[in-house]
Amino acid sequence: MGLLDYFKQESRSSASIAKERLQIVVSHERSRRHQPDYLPALQQDLMQVIAKYVNIDPDEVSVQLDHDDQRSVLELNICLPKD
Amino acid sequence: MAKIITVTSGKGGVGKTTTSAAIGTGLALKGYKTVIIDFDIGLRNLDIVMNCERRVVYDFVNVVNGEATLKQALIKDKRATNLYILPASQTKDKDALTIENVGAVLETLSGEFDYIVCDSPAGIEHGALMALYYADEAVIVTNPEVSSVRDSDRIIGILQSKSRKAELGTSVKEHLLVTRYQPDRVTRGEMLSVQDVEEILAIPLLGVIPESEAVLKASNQGVPVIHDQKSDAGQAYGDAVARFLGEERPHRFLESQRKGLLKRMFGG
Ligand SMILES: Nc1ncnc2c1ncn2[C@@H]1O[C@H](COP(=O)(O)OP(=O)(O)O)[C@@H](O)[C@H]1O
Ligand SMILES: [Mg+2]
Repeated sequence: MGLLDYFKQESRSSASIAKERLQIVVSHERSRRHQPDYLPALQQDLMQVIAKYVNIDPDEVSVQLDHDDQRSVLELNICLPKD
Repeated sequence: MAKIITVTSGKGGVGKTTTSAAIGTGLALKGYKTVIIDFDIGLRNLDIVMNCERRVVYDFVNVVNGEATLKQALIKDKRATNLYILPASQTKDKDALTIENVGAVLETLSGEFDYIVCDSPAGIEHGALMALYYADEAVIVTNPEVSSVRDSDRIIGILQSKSRKAELGTSVKEHLLVTRYQPDRVTRGEMLSVQDVEEILAIPLLGVIPESEAVLKASNQGVPVIHDQKSDAGQAYGDAVARFLGEERPHRFLESQRKGLLKRMFGG
């Protein structure tokens, strides 16, 4: 973080920080609302398998189930380390 | 058929009981036969806010257990005609309420009343579920503060998935009530604004109740604050009830009431 960013951060009102944090956590929790209970366990298992081969950061893995009229899609997003 | 209104929030201490007392009283003052039910089993408080704590003989749990009739348990309000209170039990098991026995009580009340106001306990557990299960409409009481807003979103999710309406494929009509609002702190950037809360929760705004000394005074005396029409909070609750009944009223008390320095110096 640059010096300028640091000052920007300081001068932001606490209310606007609160709003931004809420927007993030609420949208995260909403997306989980309709997910089946097995998803966290599935994510754990997948992570263990992947970790056998690549060194991954648990925060960089997301497992999500999306629905449309026709089907459900299990979406797996993993950010691999650069090298 | 009565309309069932649940006052809920997830978080405790945000103003549900204050709001249940005010809205119930407001509806009764408008001529609707109204009953307010305290669902906070084990932590009865509606009675003291409504000044009928010394008249409680039987309670909600006695009724569901068949130990008393509704007629014996309902307490008639001394100020507003048309208004009744069904107190919570102070001692009994929280799990005394079930979907079946609550449904039976609401069904009976439904034949006699225009509105049934359900004062929910805090949390998202059994008691809160019992209070919201049969709701036709819900008033989500929210303070402009991170944990309250987050918990309100949780309870909205529960209304949309676990209520009877949701099970039947329709939905509970949701109303946002922002309480304990402090406009001067919003101006200083220290508090979320009504617009912020509306934007995050994305449900229609019923009203904004300012942080007010009148609320503590009202509960000290056991007179629901809506009776105090000289007070800001009393007027704000009056507006909210009118809007609930379909009237259009501008939102008040969104600006700081304290006069600015210039105004104080030069009058105005
Ligand atoms: N608008 C308000 N201004 C000032 N104090 C308030 C306001 N609304 C509620 N309170 C106070 O906050 C406390 C909690 O209110 P209460 O209605 O019991 O909340 P809940 O039922 O959600 O736990 C009480 O002391 C009450 O007097
Ligand atoms: Mg309460």
